[in-house]
Amino acid sequence: MKRLMHLLLPTVGVALALAAWWAASVMVPELPSPARTWQESKIYILEPLVKRGETDQGIALLAYYSLVRVAQGFLLGIVIGTPAGFLLGVSPLLTRMFDPLMQVMRPISPLAWLPLGLVLFQKSEPAALFAIAVCSMWPTIINTMMGVRAIPQDYWNVAKVLRLSRTTTFVKIIVPATLPYMFTGYRLSLGIAWLVIVASEMLTGAPGVGGFLWQEYNSLIYAHILLAIITIGVIGFVLDRLMGLAEARLRTA
Amino acid sequence: MAFIEAKGISKSFATASGSPRPILRDISLTVARGAFISIVGTMGSGKSTLLSILAGLITADSGTVVIDGEPVRGVRTDAAFVFQNYSLLPWFSALENVRLAVQAAFPGSSRATQTERARRALEQVGLGNAVSRRPGQLSGGMRQRVAIARAFATDPEVLFLDEPFGALDALTRETLQQDLLRLCSSVERPVTTVMITNSVEEAILLSDWIVPILPGPPSTLGMPIPVQLARPRTIAQLAHDEDATRVRAHVVATLTAALGGRSRRMSSKRGADSVAARALVEESR
Repeated sequence: MKRLMHLLLPTVGVALALAAWWAASVMVPELPSPARTWQESKIYILEPLVKRGETDQGIALLAYYSLVRVAQGFLLGIVIGTPAGFLLGVSPLLTRMFDPLMQVMRPISPLAWLPLGLVLFQKSEPAALFAIAVCSMWPTIINTMMGVRAIPQDYWNVAKVLRLSRTTTFVKIIVPATLPYMFTGYRLSLGIAWLVIVASEMLTGAPGVGGFLWQEYNSLIYAHILLAIITIGVIGFVLDRLMGLAEARLRTA
Repeated sequence: MAFIEAKGISKSFATASGSPRPILRDISLTVARGAFISIVGTMGSGKSTLLSILAGLITADSGTVVIDGEPVRGVRTDAAFVFQNYSLLPWFSALENVRLAVQAAFPGSSRATQTERARRALEQVGLGNAVSRRPGQLSGGMRQRVAIARAFATDPEVLFLDEPFGALDALTRETLQQDLLRLCSSVERPVTTVMITNSVEEAILLSDWIVPILPGPPSTLGMPIPVQLARPRTIAQLAHDEDATRVRAHVVATLTAALGGRSRRMSSKRGADSVAARALVEESR
């Protein structure tokens, strides 16, 4: 019974959302209904790996381009963010120096960073990576910093009493103690990176799910907008679940 | 000959209100080489602070600590510690926890030698079968055994014990106390040991000398009380031993007198203090 409800309730939720979508499509004639969306989009889903043109490609190919871009920007973000978090965590001086700056930079939208990236790098691809990295690194920095600060006094005592070197203390105590916090940061960062990718593709017209969405909007094929939105949502959900699994493994370890 | 010599130690801590709170005042202490001394007192009497100063974990506001002829600046290479809350790293196995200490103490020796040394230390505390288990998979008593193994794995010259059995149940506590006694006496060279505890019974069981810490604030040390009882000692035997009873009475009298003096000075805290004094007397019976 409990198992049944487990499946049934989300199904009811989805059905209600589809009904609302259908109702909206009745009131706004430009909005395709769920059925029409499926009719017009099924070629992208049923032939996910076919390349018909620069942006007219199967949904899996489009998603792949976006994911590669996200992976690059996200990696750049955590490569910068993790050491920055460790430094801020161990040094109150650095924290006081950079905290106000971080608080001001954190709420800036990716849409604001992207033009700056274009100015800096002249090309859309590095500008997109720049925007993803700059926007997604904050949770990594902040969580890593918090993780280092949350290390119990007991562990510092171990380092002191055993007279561990700085390197040994870092590798054997600080990193393992901070790891769960770090991964929570990575998970949040990846979520933001995925949000940013769509915006940056829309602005730069790069091939990918976001680029596809914007192009189809301009071509007045509204069903494909809905296809892109659903794809973005599903991929974001899967990414979050995967990071969640990695995080859970670390917690029990 | 004095191995540890502390002179005129005072320490205050900063408080939120701004005026520093004195914890220890003008404390002097001498420990002979190879002796086991216990500093006994109630909670909040600054015992842990004193131990941290002797060990070089924190510095005193004034006064000096000299160990083996050298002034203490930071933790000595030949010192080892056991804390009340085990202080093991949960992501390492028992063996890795002990080996970390061995690696830090003997960086020159090979990894195999270090591992072997760590394994031997664990076998000595009866954990030969549990070397690969993590602290989370061990009971409180076993964890403290790992901590004791870690302390002895480096052949320390001086051992600092911060209420090492405080978190354990009575039965586990006694077996661990006996293990500690065995380790302290089985090492070829004598280990000079300073333990802090709130248990008079534990102090009598383990120590050559008992130094009562007289609660302030600031706290001061009472006269050291010798424990001249034959070894090996057991809790059961000490319960009826006349000399043990005399030592116990002496220690408890010193501590309760100090508590009484304090409660007269600070009448608002009288209730709490007399409860504390009674608890100490009862615990020592």
